[in-house]
Amino acid sequence: MEPTAPPRPLPALNDDNQAFWTGGSEGKLMIDRCGDCRAYVHPPTPFCPACESRNVAAEAVSGRGRITTFTINHKQWMPGLPVPYVLALVEIDEDPTVRIPTNIVGIAPEKVAIDMPVEVLFEQVEEVFVPLFRPVEG
Amino acid sequence: MAHYGEKKVAVTGVGMSDISRNATKTPMALTIDACMQAIEDAGLKRSDIDGLSSYPGADNNASGFSPIGAPQLQDALRLKVNWFSGGGEVPGQLGAVFNAIGAIAAGYCRHVLVFRTVYEASARKMSKQANALFDGGRAHGQLMNFAPYWAMTASVQQALYFQRFAHDYGLKPETTGRIAINNRRNASLNPAAIYRKPITLDDYFASEIIATPLRLFDCDVPCDGSVAVVLSHIDAARDCRNPVLRVEAVGSAQKVRYSWDQISGEALARQATISSSAMMWERTDLKPSDVDIAQLYDGFTYHTAAWLSSAGFCKPGEENDFVGDGSRIALEGDLPINTGGGQLSLGRMHAYGQLHEAATQLWRRGGDRQVQKDLTVSINTTAGGPLSGCMMLVRE
Repeated sequence: MEPTAPPRPLPALNDDNQAFWTGGSEGKLMIDRCGDCRAYVHPPTPFCPACESRNVAAEAVSGRGRITTFTINHKQWMPGLPVPYVLALVEIDEDPTVRIPTNIVGIAPEKVAIDMPVEVLFEQVEEVFVPLFRPVEG
Repeated sequence: MAHYGEKKVAVTGVGMSDISRNATKTPMALTIDACMQAIEDAGLKRSDIDGLSSYPGADNNASGFSPIGAPQLQDALRLKVNWFSGGGEVPGQLGAVFNAIGAIAAGYCRHVLVFRTVYEASARKMSKQANALFDGGRAHGQLMNFAPYWAMTASVQQALYFQRFAHDYGLKPETTGRIAINNRRNASLNPAAIYRKPITLDDYFASEIIATPLRLFDCDVPCDGSVAVVLSHIDAARDCRNPVLRVEAVGSAQKVRYSWDQISGEALARQATISSSAMMWERTDLKPSDVDIAQLYDGFTYHTAAWLSSAGFCKPGEENDFVGDGSRIALEGDLPINTGGGQLSLGRMHAYGQLHEAATQLWRRGGDRQVQKDLTVSINTTAGGPLSGCMMLVRE
């Protein structure tokens, strides 16, 4: 029998990061934003470093972004790990300083490039909706 | 410049256990070997040690990352100290040294024993766990945002920065290859090193791709071992056995976001090396051209390449030309780097092997690998994501 892919390790959720990790249940990528000066705040933190406001809450963003950097992992670190796969940082279109670690899917790994436009999709694991990204079509 | 506290501190003794992939001794036995050797090297007795500092503190698990902490060693050696510290929330792997310098400058201590012990090679043989960053269960802390994405080890995660550095500055694989070759050649002359067989560019290009652009020969080697250093107040150092190696300057600044994913702008590729280097140079009248040897962090080869420009030896983007065919960074070159083999070939002692090597060279004990020109000034650096720090030693 083929070994199955290992389960994705999951983050511990709390009131700060719940929206980010579960927004996918409604198909939305949720990023914290200051209700006063409108700056994005990531990772989710109940403080705006731009204006010191505590009025920060998650809002849906477009789900589109660009690949900031990536690596194609070739090493099979454990049985069943589907190699090669792409680990990347994606910066969101609304604010390039907001970076999301992710896997790039829906494309041959060797075709992935820095600055490639991508869009979010979600993979549910337990109650967590893991944001993944794929190339923007067209 | 004389008022900066680190200039009141000197390295007075160093010690190193056997460094290997399969230790025959326990972590505590290795630690005692290194520490007793360092105390003796300084011409001191256990009772002279009045401070203790370690990185990154005992992790109290089977990972081998940090099996021995300051409290265990204080008890094992029955040290009577005025101050001690162990922990990983410091500016890079040399943070335990910076803490010790502060304790001496503040007058808490005269002689601080600093040590780093690892047991990663043996620990991994005993564990089937392939994921070094996440140990099962839910992920907490700063790395949690990487948890679901099979960022299994530091090598996969660090490859992100390597890729961006290559993209932004045109770093060529021939250059990182020359760094690996240089370190291996130096290791071939160092009986303490783990990997001593010289390698060629062909060997480098033939080595397995781990996570693009990272090859196996870009990666340092997990090992078992311990390194210890005695730091002393400069007044006490003059009565010790060895020529005085004064701390000329420390760079501990963290002025970019301490984050493995949000670090942005120039720092995505260069990380906090920018701010730690700037601080070090602000605290000395010396210039990069005054540096005789450099132990530049080589957890991965590109760390060393990034430090060549971050430390001011060349401009960003000139790393390929600076390294060239490798002759400039060789033992006979203008700027010998990683003279003991570095972590790539000696073993991953997290900057402490390279601190031991800096003192070894400045005291002219390098044997077959001794740099032949006069040596007065050395720098040591650390790197790896937001981890960064640097320091400069001057032989008086």
